[in-house]
Amino acid sequence: MTTTAGGAVHAEGGSRRDFLYVATGVAGAIGTALAVWPLIDQMNPAQDVLALASTEVDLSPIVEGQSITVVWRGKPVFIRHRTADEIATAQGDKVEELRDPQSDAERAPRAEWLVLVGVCTHLGCIPLGQKSTDPRGDWGGWFCPCHGSHYDVSGRIRKGPAPRNLEVPPYEYLDDTRIKIG
Amino acid sequence: MQHTGFQSSSRFVQWIEYRLPIFGLVDQYVGRAYPAPRNLNYWWNFGSLAGFALVIQIVTGIVLAMHYVPHGDMAFDSVERIMRDVNQGWLLRYLHANGASMFFAVVYIHIFRGLYYGSYKFPRELLWWLGLVIFLMMMATAFMGYVLPWGQMSFWAATVITNLFSAIPWAGPAITEWLWGGFVVGSPTLTRFYSLHYLLPFVIAGVVVLHLWAHHTHKGNNPLGIDVKSPKDTLPFHPYYTTKDLYGIGVFLIILAIWVFYFPNYMSHPDNYIPANPLQTPPHIVPEWYLLPFYAILRAIPSKLGGVIVMAAAIVVLFLVPWLDTSRVRSARFRPIFKQFYWLLVIDVLVLGYIGAQLPEGIFIHIGRIATAYYFVHFLIVLPVVGWIEKPKPLPKSIAEPVLEAKAAG
Ligand code: HEM
Ligand code: FES
Repeated sequence: MTTTAGGAVHAEGGSRRDFLYVATGVAGAIGTALAVWPLIDQMNPAQDVLALASTEVDLSPIVEGQSITVVWRGKPVFIRHRTADEIATAQGDKVEELRDPQSDAERAPRAEWLVLVGVCTHLGCIPLGQKSTDPRGDWGGWFCPCHGSHYDVSGRIRKGPAPRNLEVPPYEYLDDTRIKIG
Repeated sequence: MQHTGFQSSSRFVQWIEYRLPIFGLVDQYVGRAYPAPRNLNYWWNFGSLAGFALVIQIVTGIVLAMHYVPHGDMAFDSVERIMRDVNQGWLLRYLHANGASMFFAVVYIHIFRGLYYGSYKFPRELLWWLGLVIFLMMMATAFMGYVLPWGQMSFWAATVITNLFSAIPWAGPAITEWLWGGFVVGSPTLTRFYSLHYLLPFVIAGVVVLHLWAHHTHKGNNPLGIDVKSPKDTLPFHPYYTTKDLYGIGVFLIILAIWVFYFPNYMSHPDNYIPANPLQTPPHIVPEWYLLPFYAILRAIPSKLGGVIVMAAAIVVLFLVPWLDTSRVRSARFRPIFKQFYWLLVIDVLVLGYIGAQLPEGIFIHIGRIATAYYFVHFLIVLPVVGWIEKPKPLPKSIAEPVLEAKAAG
């Protein structure tokens, strides 16, 4: 128990001056945090960036076996019109054995159309496999050249450093041949 | 004026010195009033060279900034304009780009000099830490500078490096969007990198001041690693080491000029002359050479989060070196076992650098993993154990002793 120049000693052992020190420190810390927040938050995506949120795509010109790339929120989105073979392979895979287990039906509600965000879940490169001349990896889907991630015909990670499957963006069918992404 | 012991016959200097003892300060740091060890060899040139390289970067950077336009639609063209239309622009840009490489080469040698001569040991731990802080900020600055020309390599380097933060559990994605100012790397990312690329070199200059202050407090190490004991062990910094440092700067400038005038693009990548394309990754992306050893460590670990953690650990371990090295003898000259392991570490880091530039396939993956493991073995096992078991050679009684003995004998 100490007695300071601040005067009366509090019953629990701290003086009024100790209380004032702590109160001042806490108020200062909260005030500083409130002042710093705008400085940090200004770096988050601005309103005009957030506004560019959805993209509509007409699927009718895409023939079976063909892929197209569209842009959504600045990211490439892969849309693949899958062949019967590819669908059979994708649906036949044993889900439990995958690194990021997900069935093909969860990823492609209408099996002939696969819609994926074309960004490798490792460090963000764009995987190859959209052009017919591209390498498509050991599972015939996509191959990321940056650090060697292989994705299957459902866009699921099979080999390499990527931790997760290629993301399926939120999208809905406007009618049989048009989708809206985002 | 008197407290620095500085004397001048000039009335003007005296007038200033009485009010602001700045001449005395300079005299104590790099002048006659600094009794430097008499045995410093050429490895001691690299500190002043690093400072000189920083000045070159700041001077060329400030003039480049007069022409550079930090915007996703204009950055690439503005750099091409610097190369083609701005008077002397090509020279300034090549000096800045190759100057960055020279800066790293100098700082790497400076760091390895410290590791060889035990310059991180008591009482220079904080000096060592401040140096590592400078090194970290240099890596950040150079990375952000490399993004500015907004070519393919710029864009994809920015993408891959910022995505390292997405490995952080739970908060990762929010942090990356915060860094980008969008959902991908884009113009908002470029402008903030430009702001920070301009700022950080001046923060580095501030930490250099602290580094020199700590250096001055206990003075520098020397090749024998023993303390200065009498004035016989020293020479006044000026004119002896000012001249030697100037000579070093001359050699440095010749080498820089050879790069700038004969091989200006040798250390860059041709893909960076293709404008950034967010929809296509170049087939083989590699960082600049000075980051390759760390890139190799990142890729050696077959897990995303694990790779990031181990790469960060590769730098953290350098901060612990003053305590991991258990030997009380500083210089490797008197440490026969340590000396051999030191050179093994140098080779290991060179191997990592080589692996970092290769595609992660086949044998390269295995070599990369072994070299990464050895890097940590060196610091976490070899350093403490060798300190315990090694019997150091006898230390000379003073810095002057071997010199004076040789003179007497010869
Ligand atoms: C620690 C010091 C610095 C380092 C290591 C550094 C490094 C770099 C690097 C590696 C580049 C890319 C060069 C290229 O490939 O074209 C660059 C570009 C650039 N830097 Fe720096 N820099 C430093 C200081 C500065 C400062 C102080 C400024 C401005 C005040 C500056 C302004 C610029 C500008 C405008 C560019 C873009 C033009 C270009 O690409 O040449 N830099 N910097
Ligand atoms: S970014 Fe695709 S494997 Fe690393």
